[in-house]
Amino acid sequence: MRRAFTKGFKSLIRVGATLFVILFTSGLMATEYSDKPEISEESQQCLECHSKMRYSLVDPYTGDTATFKMYEELRIDPLRYVNATHGSFSCLDCHSYEYETHPHPIEVKFEPRYVCMDCHGNNDVFADYHFNTIAEEFDISIHGNHYIENFSCWSCHNPHTYVNTARKGGPISDVVAYNNSMCLGCHGDISHYAVLIERQLTNMLSKHDWLPNQSLHFRKVRCIDCHAATNDSILVAHHILPAKEAVKNCVDCHSTNSILLASLYKHQVIERRNKFGLFNAAITSEAYIIGANRNYFFNVISAVIFGLVLIAISIHSVFRYINYRKKTK
Amino acid sequence: MKQKRLYLYPLWLRVWHHVNAVLMIFLIATGISMQYSDPAYPLIRFDIAVNVHNWAGVLLTVSYFFFLFGVIFTAIGRYYVIRTEGFVISFIKQMRYYLFGVFQGQKNPFNVSEEKKFNPVQLITYNLIMHAITPITFITGWALIFPETIVLNVWGYSGIMLTSLVHSVAGFFISIFLIIHLYVITIGPSTRANFKTIIYGYHEVHDDHDLKKEG
Repeated sequence: MRRAFTKGFKSLIRVGATLFVILFTSGLMATEYSDKPEISEESQQCLECHSKMRYSLVDPYTGDTATFKMYEELRIDPLRYVNATHGSFSCLDCHSYEYETHPHPIEVKFEPRYVCMDCHGNNDVFADYHFNTIAEEFDISIHGNHYIENFSCWSCHNPHTYVNTARKGGPISDVVAYNNSMCLGCHGDISHYAVLIERQLTNMLSKHDWLPNQSLHFRKVRCIDCHAATNDSILVAHHILPAKEAVKNCVDCHSTNSILLASLYKHQVIERRNKFGLFNAAITSEAYIIGANRNYFFNVISAVIFGLVLIAISIHSVFRYINYRKKTK
Repeated sequence: MKQKRLYLYPLWLRVWHHVNAVLMIFLIATGISMQYSDPAYPLIRFDIAVNVHNWAGVLLTVSYFFFLFGVIFTAIGRYYVIRTEGFVISFIKQMRYYLFGVFQGQKNPFNVSEEKKFNPVQLITYNLIMHAITPITFITGWALIFPETIVLNVWGYSGIMLTSLVHSVAGFFISIFLIIHLYVITIGPSTRANFKTIIYGYHEVHDDHDLKKEG
Protein backbone atom coordinates (compact mmCIF):
# COMPACT_ATOMS: atom_id res chain seq x y z
CA MET A 1 0.00 0.00 0.00
CA ARG A 2 2.75 2.36 1.06
CA ARG A 3 4.87 1.38 -1.97
CA ALA A 4 1.89 1.98 -4.32
CA PHE A 5 1.34 5.41 -2.76
CA THR A 6 5.03 6.35 -3.18
CA LYS A 7 4.99 5.15 -6.77
CA GLY A 8 1.82 7.13 -7.51
CA PHE A 9 3.26 10.25 -5.88
CA LYS A 10 6.47 9.98 -7.92
CA SER A 11 4.47 9.60 -11.16
CA LEU A 12 2.42 12.66 -10.24
CA ILE A 13 5.58 14.72 -9.70
CA ARG A 14 7.02 13.46 -13.00
CA VAL A 15 3.86 14.41 -14.93
CA GLY A 16 3.65 17.77 -13.15
CA ALA A 17 7.28 18.53 -13.89
CA THR A 18 6.86 17.58 -17.56
CA LEU A 19 3.78 19.79 -17.85
CA PHE A 20 5.59 22.66 -16.13
CA VAL A 21 8.54 22.36 -18.51
CA ILE A 22 6.26 22.27 -21.56
CA LEU A 23 4.16 25.21 -20.40
CA PHE A 24 7.14 27.25 -19.25
CA THR A 25 9.25 26.74 -22.36
CA SER A 26 6.30 27.27 -24.70
CA GLY A 27 5.48 30.45 -22.78
CA LEU A 28 9.07 31.62 -23.12
CA MET A 29 9.12 30.81 -26.80
CA ALA A 30 5.83 32.59 -27.33
CA THR A 31 7.14 35.66 -25.48
CA GLU A 32 10.38 35.63 -27.42
CA TYR A 33 8.53 35.33 -30.69
CA SER A 34 6.07 38.11 -29.96
CA ASP A 35 8.80 40.48 -28.65
CA LYS A 36 10.82 40.25 -31.83
CA PRO A 37 9.86 43.01 -34.29
CA GLU A 38 8.82 41.63 -37.61
CA ILE A 39 9.30 43.12 -41.04
CA SER A 40 5.89 43.83 -42.53
CA GLU A 41 4.86 42.13 -45.74
CA GLU A 42 4.96 45.36 -47.75
CA SER A 43 8.41 46.16 -46.39
CA GLN A 44 9.56 42.67 -47.34
CA GLN A 45 8.58 43.51 -50.91
CA CYS A 46 10.81 46.61 -50.81
CA LEU A 47 13.65 44.61 -49.29
CA GLU A 48 13.44 42.11 -52.15
CA CYS A 49 15.60 44.61 -54.02
CA HIS A 50 16.82 47.03 -51.34
CA SER A 51 18.52 44.38 -49.20
CA LYS A 52 20.54 43.03 -52.11
CA MET A 53 23.70 44.05 -53.91
CA ARG A 54 22.00 43.74 -57.30
CA TYR A 55 18.44 44.00 -58.49
CA SER A 56 16.65 43.15 -61.73
CA LEU A 57 14.04 45.02 -63.75
CA VAL A 58 11.86 43.65 -66.51
CA ASP A 59 11.16 45.80 -69.57
CA PRO A 60 7.32 45.85 -69.79
CA TYR A 61 7.43 46.14 -73.60
CA THR A 62 10.14 43.67 -74.63
CA GLY A 63 10.09 41.41 -71.58
CA ASP A 64 13.89 41.70 -71.34
CA THR A 65 15.47 41.53 -67.91
CA ALA A 66 18.34 43.84 -66.89
CA THR A 67 20.40 43.62 -63.69
CA PHE A 68 21.70 46.72 -61.90
CA LYS A 69 23.88 47.48 -58.94
CA MET A 70 22.03 48.52 -55.78
CA TYR A 71 24.00 51.51 -54.55
CA GLU A 72 25.17 51.46 -50.94
CA GLU A 73 23.02 54.44 -49.94
CA LEU A 74 19.87 52.62 -51.08
CA ARG A 75 20.74 49.29 -49.53
CA ILE A 76 19.08 48.27 -46.25
CA ASP A 77 20.40 45.52 -44.00
CA PRO A 78 17.15 43.77 -42.85
CA LEU A 79 18.71 42.57 -39.59
CA ARG A 80 20.02 46.03 -38.62
CA TYR A 81 16.74 47.58 -39.74
CA VAL A 82 14.55 45.29 -37.68
CA ASN A 83 16.71 45.89 -34.59
CA ALA A 84 16.90 49.64 -35.09
CA THR A 85 14.85 52.23 -33.16
CA HIS A 86 12.43 52.53 -36.12
CA GLY A 87 12.54 48.80 -36.88
CA SER A 88 8.82 48.30 -36.26
CA PHE A 89 7.94 50.82 -38.99
CA SER A 90 6.85 49.80 -42.41
CA CYS A 91 8.70 51.44 -45.35
CA LEU A 92 5.53 53.19 -46.48
CA ASP A 93 5.01 54.77 -43.06
CA CYS A 94 7.68 57.27 -44.09
CA HIS A 95 8.05 56.83 -47.85
CA SER A 96 5.43 57.74 -50.46
CA TYR A 97 2.96 55.07 -51.68
CA GLU A 98 4.21 55.75 -55.17
CA TYR A 99 7.31 53.71 -54.27
CA GLU A 100 5.10 50.68 -54.69
CA THR A 101 5.44 51.14 -58.43
CA HIS A 102 8.41 49.43 -60.10
CA PRO A 103 10.56 50.91 -61.40
CA HIS A 104 9.90 53.91 -59.14
CA PRO A 105 8.58 56.91 -61.11
CA ILE A 106 10.91 59.89 -61.28
CA GLU A 107 8.31 62.10 -59.53
CA VAL A 108 8.94 60.44 -56.18
CA LYS A 109 12.43 61.95 -56.14
CA PHE A 110 10.87 65.41 -55.91
CA GLU A 111 8.51 64.69 -53.08
CA PRO A 112 9.47 66.23 -49.75
CA ARG A 113 10.90 63.69 -47.34
CA TYR A 114 10.00 63.44 -43.69
CA VAL A 115 12.48 64.95 -41.30
CA CYS A 116 12.89 63.91 -37.64
CA MET A 117 11.04 66.92 -36.29
CA ASP A 118 7.92 66.08 -38.31
CA CYS A 119 7.23 63.31 -35.81
CA HIS A 120 9.43 64.18 -32.85
CA GLY A 121 9.02 67.97 -32.69
CA ASN A 122 6.43 69.43 -30.28
CA ASN A 123 5.28 65.94 -29.40
CA ASP A 124 4.53 65.17 -25.76
CA VAL A 125 5.22 61.48 -26.32
CA PHE A 126 8.89 62.36 -26.75
CA ALA A 127 9.00 65.14 -24.13
CA ASP A 128 11.83 63.40 -22.21
CA TYR A 129 14.07 63.56 -25.25
CA HIS A 130 13.75 67.36 -25.67
CA PHE A 131 13.85 67.14 -29.45
CA ASN A 132 13.16 70.88 -29.79
CA THR A 133 16.29 71.65 -27.76
CA ILE A 134 18.24 69.14 -29.85
CA ALA A 135 17.06 70.95 -33.00
CA GLU A 136 18.09 74.34 -31.54
CA GLU A 137 21.50 72.97 -30.53
CA PHE A 138 21.97 71.45 -33.99
CA ASP A 139 21.06 74.77 -35.65
CA ILE A 140 23.83 76.65 -33.85
CA SER A 141 26.38 73.87 -34.30
CA ILE A 142 29.09 73.72 -36.96
CA HIS A 143 27.01 71.13 -38.80
CA GLY A 144 23.79 73.09 -38.72
CA ASN A 145 24.68 76.70 -39.29
CA HIS A 146 24.21 76.44 -43.03
CA TYR A 147 27.95 76.14 -43.44
CA ILE A 148 27.40 72.72 -44.97
CA GLU A 149 24.68 72.22 -47.52
CA ASN A 150 22.17 69.38 -47.15
CA PHE A 151 23.33 68.45 -43.68
CA SER A 152 20.42 67.04 -41.72
CA CYS A 153 19.67 64.64 -38.87
CA TRP A 154 19.93 61.81 -41.42
CA SER A 155 23.56 62.68 -42.12
CA CYS A 156 24.51 61.18 -38.75
CA HIS A 157 21.42 59.22 -37.71
CA ASN A 158 20.55 56.79 -40.46
CA PRO A 159 16.81 56.25 -39.84
CA HIS A 160 17.05 52.65 -41.08
CA THR A 161 19.78 51.60 -38.65
CA TYR A 162 19.79 54.16 -35.84
CA VAL A 163 19.85 52.75 -32.29
CA ASN A 164 19.63 54.96 -29.24
CA THR A 165 22.66 53.49 -27.47
CA ALA A 166 22.97 56.35 -24.97
CA ARG A 167 19.72 55.35 -23.23
CA LYS A 168 20.05 51.59 -23.59
CA GLY A 169 22.24 51.26 -20.50
CA GLY A 170 24.65 48.88 -22.27
CA PRO A 171 28.43 48.97 -22.02
CA ILE A 172 29.93 52.46 -22.43
CA SER A 173 32.43 51.01 -24.90
CA ASP A 174 29.48 50.14 -27.20
CA VAL A 175 28.11 53.69 -26.89
CA VAL A 176 31.56 55.10 -27.74
CA ALA A 177 32.10 52.77 -30.70
CA TYR A 178 28.62 53.44 -32.11
CA ASN A 179 28.86 57.22 -31.71
CA ASN A 180 32.37 57.51 -33.09
CA SER A 181 31.42 55.43 -36.10
CA MET A 182 28.83 58.14 -36.92
CA CYS A 183 31.52 60.84 -36.91
CA LEU A 184 34.09 58.74 -38.73
CA GLY A 185 31.48 57.77 -41.31
CA CYS A 186 32.31 61.15 -42.89
CA HIS A 187 35.44 62.37 -41.10
CA GLY A 188 37.24 59.11 -41.81
CA ASP A 189 35.83 58.39 -45.27
CA ILE A 190 36.41 60.83 -48.13
CA SER A 191 33.64 59.26 -50.26
CA HIS A 192 31.04 60.36 -47.69
CA TYR A 193 32.79 63.57 -46.65
CA ALA A 194 33.09 64.81 -50.25
CA VAL A 195 29.33 64.43 -50.73
CA LEU A 196 28.75 67.08 -48.07
CA ILE A 197 31.64 69.50 -48.48
CA GLU A 198 34.37 70.35 -50.95
CA ARG A 199 37.36 70.37 -48.68
CA GLN A 200 40.39 68.23 -48.03
CA LEU A 201 39.72 65.56 -45.45
CA THR A 202 41.83 66.04 -42.32
CA ASN A 203 43.84 63.04 -41.13
CA MET A 204 42.25 62.32 -37.76
CA LEU A 205 45.27 60.43 -36.39
CA SER A 206 47.87 63.12 -37.10
CA LYS A 207 45.44 65.85 -36.04
CA HIS A 208 45.19 64.18 -32.61
CA ASP A 209 48.93 63.51 -32.26
CA TRP A 210 49.08 65.70 -29.19
CA LEU A 211 46.79 63.33 -27.29
CA PRO A 212 48.72 60.98 -24.94
CA ASN A 213 47.69 57.35 -25.40
CA GLN A 214 45.67 58.26 -28.48
CA SER A 215 44.16 54.87 -29.25
CA LEU A 216 42.90 54.48 -25.68
CA HIS A 217 41.20 57.88 -25.86
CA PHE A 218 39.58 56.95 -29.17
CA ARG A 219 38.21 53.74 -27.68
CA LYS A 220 37.10 55.19 -24.35
CA VAL A 221 35.56 58.56 -25.20
CA ARG A 222 33.31 59.84 -27.93
CA CYS A 223 34.42 62.51 -30.40
CA ILE A 224 31.53 64.69 -29.18
CA ASP A 225 32.79 64.57 -25.58
CA CYS A 226 35.53 67.01 -26.63
CA HIS A 227 33.98 68.48 -29.76
CA ALA A 228 30.49 69.42 -28.54
CA ALA A 229 29.15 71.80 -25.92
CA THR A 230 26.91 70.07 -23.40
CA ASN A 231 23.37 71.15 -22.58
CA ASP A 232 21.90 70.06 -19.25
CA SER A 233 18.44 69.32 -20.65
CA ILE A 234 19.55 66.83 -23.31
CA LEU A 235 21.37 63.55 -22.90
CA VAL A 236 23.64 63.75 -25.94
CA ALA A 237 25.25 67.04 -26.93
CA HIS A 238 24.34 68.20 -30.43
CA HIS A 239 26.10 71.58 -30.41
CA ILE A 240 29.16 70.50 -32.39
CA LEU A 241 31.90 73.11 -32.04
CA PRO A 242 34.46 74.28 -34.58
CA ALA A 243 37.68 72.24 -34.17
CA LYS A 244 39.58 75.12 -32.58
CA GLU A 245 37.01 75.33 -29.75
CA ALA A 246 37.29 71.65 -28.83
CA VAL A 247 38.41 70.61 -25.35
CA LYS A 248 42.19 70.45 -25.27
CA ASN A 249 42.80 70.91 -21.59
CA CYS A 250 43.44 67.44 -20.12
CA VAL A 251 42.19 68.33 -16.63
CA ASP A 252 38.74 69.19 -18.00
CA CYS A 253 38.24 65.42 -18.01
CA HIS A 254 41.02 64.34 -15.65
CA SER A 255 39.65 65.89 -12.47
CA THR A 256 36.85 65.10 -10.03
CA ASN A 257 34.65 67.56 -11.88
CA SER A 258 35.27 65.71 -15.11
CA ILE A 259 33.17 67.03 -17.99
CA LEU A 260 32.60 63.39 -18.96
CA LEU A 261 30.14 63.15 -16.10
CA ALA A 262 27.93 65.63 -17.92
CA SER A 263 28.36 63.92 -21.25
CA LEU A 264 29.47 60.30 -21.76
CA TYR A 265 28.53 59.12 -18.25
CA LYS A 266 25.49 61.37 -17.78
CA HIS A 267 23.01 58.51 -18.00
CA GLN A 268 24.88 56.34 -15.45
CA VAL A 269 26.04 59.05 -13.11
CA ILE A 270 22.66 60.15 -11.77
CA GLU A 271 22.01 56.99 -9.78
CA ARG A 272 25.48 55.83 -8.97
CA ARG A 273 27.36 58.76 -7.48
CA ASN A 274 28.18 57.92 -3.90
CA LYS A 275 30.11 60.19 -1.63
CA PHE A 276 31.35 57.33 0.55
CA GLY A 277 32.71 55.22 -2.26
CA LEU A 278 34.64 56.16 -5.30
CA PHE A 279 34.30 59.67 -6.58
CA ASN A 280 32.56 59.32 -9.92
CA ALA A 281 31.80 55.63 -9.40
CA ALA A 282 29.84 55.50 -12.66
CA ILE A 283 33.10 55.67 -14.59
CA THR A 284 34.81 52.82 -12.76
CA SER A 285 32.78 49.90 -14.05
CA GLU A 286 34.35 50.29 -17.47
CA ALA A 287 37.23 52.70 -17.29
CA TYR A 288 39.61 54.55 -15.05
CA ILE A 289 40.29 58.21 -15.65
CA ILE A 290 43.33 59.54 -13.83
CA GLY A 291 42.29 62.48 -11.70
CA ALA A 292 38.58 61.81 -12.09
CA ASN A 293 38.43 58.57 -10.13
CA ARG A 294 39.47 59.10 -6.56
CA ASN A 295 38.50 56.96 -3.62
CA TYR A 296 37.19 58.87 -0.63
CA PHE A 297 38.49 56.32 1.91
CA PHE A 298 41.89 56.02 0.25
CA ASN A 299 42.19 59.80 0.21
CA VAL A 300 41.44 60.01 3.93
CA ILE A 301 43.63 57.02 4.86
CA SER A 302 46.58 58.28 2.79
CA ALA A 303 46.27 61.78 4.30
CA VAL A 304 46.15 60.28 7.83
CA ILE A 305 49.17 58.01 7.22
CA PHE A 306 51.10 60.89 5.67
CA GLY A 307 50.21 63.18 8.57
CA LEU A 308 51.14 60.57 11.19
CA VAL A 309 54.51 59.96 9.53
CA LEU A 310 55.28 63.69 9.56
CA ILE A 311 54.13 64.06 13.18
CA ALA A 312 56.21 61.02 14.23
CA ILE A 313 59.29 62.39 12.46
CA SER A 314 58.78 65.82 14.06
CA ILE A 315 58.43 64.35 17.57
CA HIS A 316 61.42 62.05 16.99
CA SER A 317 63.64 64.88 15.78
CA VAL A 318 62.62 67.12 18.73
CA PHE A 319 63.58 64.39 21.23
CA ARG A 320 66.84 63.80 19.39
CA TYR A 321 67.62 67.51 19.53
CA ILE A 322 66.88 67.63 23.28
CA ASN A 323 69.20 64.65 23.80
CA TYR A 324 71.87 66.29 21.64
CA ARG A 325 71.66 69.53 23.71
CA LYS A 326 71.99 67.52 26.94
CA LYS A 327 75.07 65.75 25.60
CA THR A 328 76.80 68.91 24.37
CA LYS A 329 76.24 70.65 27.74
CA MET B 1 89.78 55.39 19.52
CA LYS B 2 90.36 53.39 16.37
CA GLN B 3 89.05 54.77 13.08
CA LYS B 4 88.46 52.77 9.97
CA ARG B 5 86.81 53.43 6.64
CA LEU B 6 84.87 50.66 4.97
CA TYR B 7 84.26 50.92 1.22
CA LEU B 8 80.68 49.62 1.07
CA TYR B 9 79.15 51.49 -1.84
CA PRO B 10 81.01 51.03 -5.16
CA LEU B 11 80.64 53.76 -7.77
CA TRP B 12 78.07 51.89 -9.93
CA LEU B 13 75.85 51.37 -6.88
CA ARG B 14 76.05 55.03 -5.86
CA VAL B 15 75.23 56.19 -9.40
CA TRP B 16 72.33 53.74 -9.55
CA HIS B 17 71.07 54.93 -6.14
CA HIS B 18 71.08 58.60 -7.15
CA VAL B 19 69.49 57.95 -10.54
CA ASN B 20 66.86 55.82 -8.84
CA ALA B 21 66.21 58.53 -6.24
CA VAL B 22 65.80 61.25 -8.88
CA LEU B 23 63.46 59.03 -10.93
CA MET B 24 61.39 58.22 -7.83
CA ILE B 25 61.06 61.94 -7.02
CA PHE B 26 59.95 62.70 -10.59
CA LEU B 27 57.47 59.82 -10.48
CA ILE B 28 56.02 60.84 -7.12
CA ALA B 29 55.70 64.51 -8.10
CA THR B 30 54.06 63.80 -11.47
CA GLY B 31 51.95 60.98 -9.98
CA ILE B 32 50.52 63.26 -7.27
CA SER B 33 49.95 65.99 -9.86
CA MET B 34 47.93 63.64 -12.08
CA GLN B 35 46.03 61.94 -9.28
CA TYR B 36 44.93 65.27 -7.77
CA SER B 37 44.63 67.18 -11.04
CA ASP B 38 42.31 70.12 -10.85
CA PRO B 39 41.74 72.88 -13.41
CA ALA B 40 41.79 75.46 -10.59
CA TYR B 41 45.02 74.26 -8.95
CA PRO B 42 47.33 72.83 -11.59
CA LEU B 43 50.54 71.45 -10.08
CA ILE B 44 52.24 70.25 -13.27
CA ARG B 45 50.53 70.61 -16.66
CA PHE B 46 48.68 67.32 -17.17
CA ASP B 47 50.12 66.29 -20.55
CA ILE B 48 53.66 67.11 -19.36
CA ALA B 49 53.05 65.14 -16.15
CA VAL B 50 51.83 62.12 -18.18
CA ASN B 51 54.85 62.12 -20.48
CA VAL B 52 57.41 62.69 -17.71
CA HIS B 53 55.74 60.00 -15.57
CA ASN B 54 55.76 57.48 -18.43
CA TRP B 55 59.39 58.10 -19.37
CA ALA B 56 60.57 58.13 -15.76
CA GLY B 57 58.71 54.83 -15.26
CA VAL B 58 60.44 53.27 -18.29
CA LEU B 59 63.85 54.44 -17.01
CA LEU B 60 63.04 53.21 -13.50
CA THR B 61 62.36 49.74 -14.91
CA VAL B 62 65.72 49.74 -16.70
CA SER B 63 67.37 51.03 -13.51
CA TYR B 64 65.67 48.31 -11.46
CA PHE B 65 66.95 45.49 -13.67
CA PHE B 66 70.41 47.03 -13.56
CA PHE B 67 70.21 46.90 -9.75
CA LEU B 68 68.82 43.35 -9.80
CA PHE B 69 71.69 42.26 -12.02
CA GLY B 70 74.11 43.79 -9.49
CA VAL B 71 72.39 42.03 -6.60
CA ILE B 72 72.49 38.66 -8.34
CA PHE B 73 75.95 38.80 -9.94
CA THR B 74 78.10 40.98 -7.67
CA ALA B 75 79.19 40.81 -4.03
CA ILE B 76 76.55 43.34 -2.87
CA GLY B 77 73.90 40.62 -3.14
CA ARG B 78 74.99 39.15 0.18
CA TYR B 79 73.91 42.32 2.00
CA TYR B 80 70.28 41.68 1.06
CA VAL B 81 70.12 38.13 2.36
CA ILE B 82 68.01 37.78 5.53
CA ARG B 83 69.37 35.15 7.91
CA THR B 84 66.55 33.89 10.08
CA GLU B 85 68.70 32.93 13.10
CA GLY B 86 68.19 35.57 15.79
CA PHE B 87 66.70 37.93 13.24
CA VAL B 88 63.49 38.73 15.15
CA ILE B 89 65.39 39.60 18.34
CA SER B 90 67.85 41.80 16.41
CA PHE B 91 64.93 43.45 14.64
CA ILE B 92 63.18 44.25 17.93
CA LYS B 93 66.46 45.56 19.41
CA GLN B 94 66.99 47.80 16.40
CA MET B 95 63.41 49.12 16.53
CA ARG B 96 63.79 49.78 20.25
CA TYR B 97 66.95 51.72 19.54
CA TYR B 98 65.25 53.84 16.84
CA LEU B 99 62.19 54.50 19.00
CA PHE B 100 63.78 55.01 22.46
CA GLY B 101 67.50 54.25 22.66
CA VAL B 102 68.49 57.02 20.32
CA PHE B 103 67.16 59.59 22.86
CA GLN B 104 68.91 57.94 25.79
CA GLY B 105 72.37 58.09 24.26
CA GLN B 106 72.48 54.31 23.73
CA LYS B 107 74.84 52.85 21.17
CA ASN B 108 73.44 51.50 17.93
CA PRO B 109 73.00 47.74 18.53
CA PHE B 110 74.05 47.05 14.96
CA ASN B 111 77.67 47.13 13.89
CA VAL B 112 78.33 47.91 10.27
CA SER B 113 80.97 45.59 8.85
CA GLU B 114 82.15 44.34 5.51
CA GLU B 115 79.88 41.32 6.00
CA LYS B 116 76.77 43.17 7.16
CA LYS B 117 75.90 46.55 5.74
CA PHE B 118 72.26 46.82 6.73
CA ASN B 119 70.64 46.47 10.13
CA PRO B 120 67.56 44.19 10.39
CA VAL B 121 65.10 47.08 9.99
CA GLN B 122 66.91 48.30 6.88
CA LEU B 123 67.08 44.75 5.54
CA ILE B 124 63.33 44.25 5.80
CA THR B 125 62.51 47.71 4.45
CA TYR B 126 64.94 47.68 1.53
CA ASN B 127 63.94 44.17 0.50
CA LEU B 128 60.27 45.07 0.65
CA ILE B 129 60.77 48.25 -1.35
CA MET B 130 63.18 46.84 -3.93
CA HIS B 131 61.85 43.33 -4.36
CA ALA B 132 58.11 43.78 -3.86
CA ILE B 133 56.74 47.33 -3.99
CA THR B 134 58.95 48.72 -6.78
CA PRO B 135 58.28 45.72 -9.10
CA ILE B 136 54.54 45.99 -8.35
CA THR B 137 54.68 49.69 -9.23
CA PHE B 138 56.47 49.29 -12.54
CA ILE B 139 54.57 46.16 -13.61
CA THR B 140 51.22 47.93 -13.04
CA GLY B 141 52.70 51.07 -14.63
CA TRP B 142 53.64 49.19 -17.80
CA ALA B 143 50.16 47.64 -17.85
CA LEU B 144 48.69 51.14 -17.72
CA ILE B 145 50.90 52.27 -20.61
CA PHE B 146 49.53 49.30 -22.57
CA PRO B 147 45.98 49.07 -21.14
CA GLU B 148 44.90 46.55 -23.79
CA THR B 149 46.89 43.97 -21.79
CA ILE B 150 44.66 44.44 -18.73
CA VAL B 151 41.66 42.20 -18.01
CA LEU B 152 38.60 44.32 -18.83
CA ASN B 153 36.38 43.44 -15.92
CA VAL B 154 37.12 41.97 -12.49
CA TRP B 155 34.03 41.29 -10.35
CA GLY B 156 32.16 44.16 -11.99
CA TYR B 157 35.02 46.64 -11.66
CA SER B 158 37.19 47.90 -14.44
CA GLY B 159 40.50 46.02 -14.56
CA ILE B 160 42.18 49.32 -15.43
CA MET B 161 40.70 50.91 -12.32
CA LEU B 162 41.97 48.09 -10.07
CA THR B 163 45.42 48.17 -11.70
CA SER B 164 45.55 51.94 -11.18
CA LEU B 165 44.52 51.52 -7.56
CA VAL B 166 47.32 49.01 -6.90
CA HIS B 167 49.74 51.30 -8.78
CA SER B 168 48.73 54.36 -6.70
CA VAL B 169 48.84 52.47 -3.38
CA ALA B 170 52.30 51.05 -4.18
CA GLY B 171 53.45 54.53 -5.26
CA PHE B 172 52.12 55.97 -2.01
CA PHE B 173 54.16 53.45 0.04
CA ILE B 174 57.27 54.37 -1.93
CA SER B 175 56.71 58.07 -1.16
CA ILE B 176 56.24 57.26 2.55
CA PHE B 177 59.42 55.15 2.42
CA LEU B 178 61.30 58.05 0.81
CA ILE B 179 60.32 60.46 3.61
CA ILE B 180 61.21 58.00 6.39
CA HIS B 181 64.42 56.97 4.58
CA LEU B 182 65.56 60.60 4.28
CA TYR B 183 64.95 61.11 7.99
CA VAL B 184 66.40 57.84 9.28
CA ILE B 185 69.71 58.34 7.46
CA THR B 186 70.26 61.43 9.60
CA ILE B 187 70.56 59.01 12.56
CA GLY B 188 74.25 58.16 12.65
CA PRO B 189 77.50 59.32 14.22
CA SER B 190 76.49 62.73 12.86
CA THR B 191 73.44 63.90 10.89
CA ARG B 192 75.54 64.08 7.71
CA ALA B 193 77.59 60.88 8.13
CA ASN B 194 75.26 58.60 6.16
CA PHE B 195 74.75 61.20 3.42
CA LYS B 196 78.55 61.32 3.01
CA THR B 197 78.66 57.53 2.85
CA ILE B 198 76.22 57.31 -0.06
CA ILE B 199 78.06 60.13 -1.89
CA TYR B 200 81.67 58.96 -1.38
CA GLY B 201 81.07 55.26 -0.81
CA TYR B 202 82.96 55.01 2.50
CA HIS B 203 81.40 54.20 5.86
CA GLU B 204 83.38 55.61 8.74
CA VAL B 205 83.60 53.38 11.79
CA HIS B 206 84.06 55.68 14.74
CA ASP B 207 84.59 53.65 17.86
CA ASP B 208 85.83 50.36 19.27
CA HIS B 209 82.30 49.06 19.65
CA ASP B 210 81.73 49.30 15.89
CA LEU B 211 85.01 47.61 15.16
CA LYS B 212 84.57 44.61 17.44
CA LYS B 213 83.88 42.33 14.51
CA GLU B 214 86.57 43.82 12.32
CA GLY B 215 89.24 42.55 14.77
